[in-house]
Amino acid sequence: MAANLHISISAETITKFGSLNYSNSLLTSTIVTVLMVAFFVLVNRSLDAKKKKPGALQNLAEFVIEGFNSMVQGVTGDEKKTRFFMPFFMSFFLFVLFNNWFGLLPGVGTVGFKETISGTEHAVLLENKVTVPVSEVQASTEEVAYEEEAAEHNEEAGEEHVEAESRSVFVPYLRAGTADLNTTLALGLFSQVMAQIVGIKYLGLSYFKKFFNFKDPIMFFVGILELVSEFSKILSYAFRLFGNIFAGEVLLVVISALIPLVVPMPFYGLELFVGFIQALVFALLSLVFFNVATISHDDH
Amino acid sequence: MYTEIAIGMVMSIGMIGPAIGLGLLVGKGLEAIGRNPEAAGKIQTNMILGMAFTEAIAIYALVVALILKFV
Repeated sequence: MAANLHISISAETITKFGSLNYSNSLLTSTIVTVLMVAFFVLVNRSLDAKKKKPGALQNLAEFVIEGFNSMVQGVTGDEKKTRFFMPFFMSFFLFVLFNNWFGLLPGVGTVGFKETISGTEHAVLLENKVTVPVSEVQASTEEVAYEEEAAEHNEEAGEEHVEAESRSVFVPYLRAGTADLNTTLALGLFSQVMAQIVGIKYLGLSYFKKFFNFKDPIMFFVGILELVSEFSKILSYAFRLFGNIFAGEVLLVVISALIPLVVPMPFYGLELFVGFIQALVFALLSLVFFNVATISHDDH
Repeated sequence: MYTEIAIGMVMSIGMIGPAIGLGLLVGKGLEAIGRNPEAAGKIQTNMILGMAFTEAIAIYALVVALILKFV
């Protein structure tokens, strides 16, 4: 049964633009981005100072933005910083949240096409577990060499080869954006780089005193630790989000393969909750790191 | 077969720390709520954040296990 489950740790390529692989998770995050941008453009269009009463859309948007604003205000405690950090906080939160939840929609990860493996010769050989170096095989006529190797392999593990021969990979059209390490790594990188920029903006070059301090040996080593932790934060962001969401998808797939009726429902609810919490954690962590970067090291 | 054993070891050993951490965290959180029920909302939010961090450590082990299994 386990063989029927479709679980792939990396996103699959749908189309190619030149040498750029356009993966299914990239497609999903594009859709999410377009929807989000469309919503806010719509809100912006509906704003009208002449109208006496705000419309439903404006009410909703104001409610959301006010909520985020008060949340950021609670962390920073400074009106100017809040105005600067709020857009980042909100876009991180909404982007991650909708990407997490998009992966839970029916059809995402289940609707797709079959792609037969038609890789390079090397890939085909690897697929058949041929260990002879490619150059050696290429030296003789390609077809013959392949047949020979295949025949040899057939004797060794008869059925396995037949399976490998007619092998096709299922490629879903959509895959949750955050269930791909590339997306989460990009988000983590952006957040950490932005934290450095915020630090430089608020403290100037004295921001780097945090990392390179030659006053006394203890502070010097603390600086090295700080420097390493800046890099480990990127990995921490990336793996936390990716791990949670991908693990959730695997959990749902396995549970629905075991017992397809009713039983997956509580897990579905759990995944909705996890998606929300992880979005909150990502956004809140970025906010806290931004805020920490603005505080001079001598102050605390 | 060695890979399967490795996966089992990664998950079992890797989960010990986060499990203890989560137990401590929730225990202390409930204790705090018991002492000061008015602050339940604030404590709960921070507790869930802390739980997410602790869980992240377990998730690292999980990612390693998944990579071992599927890559």
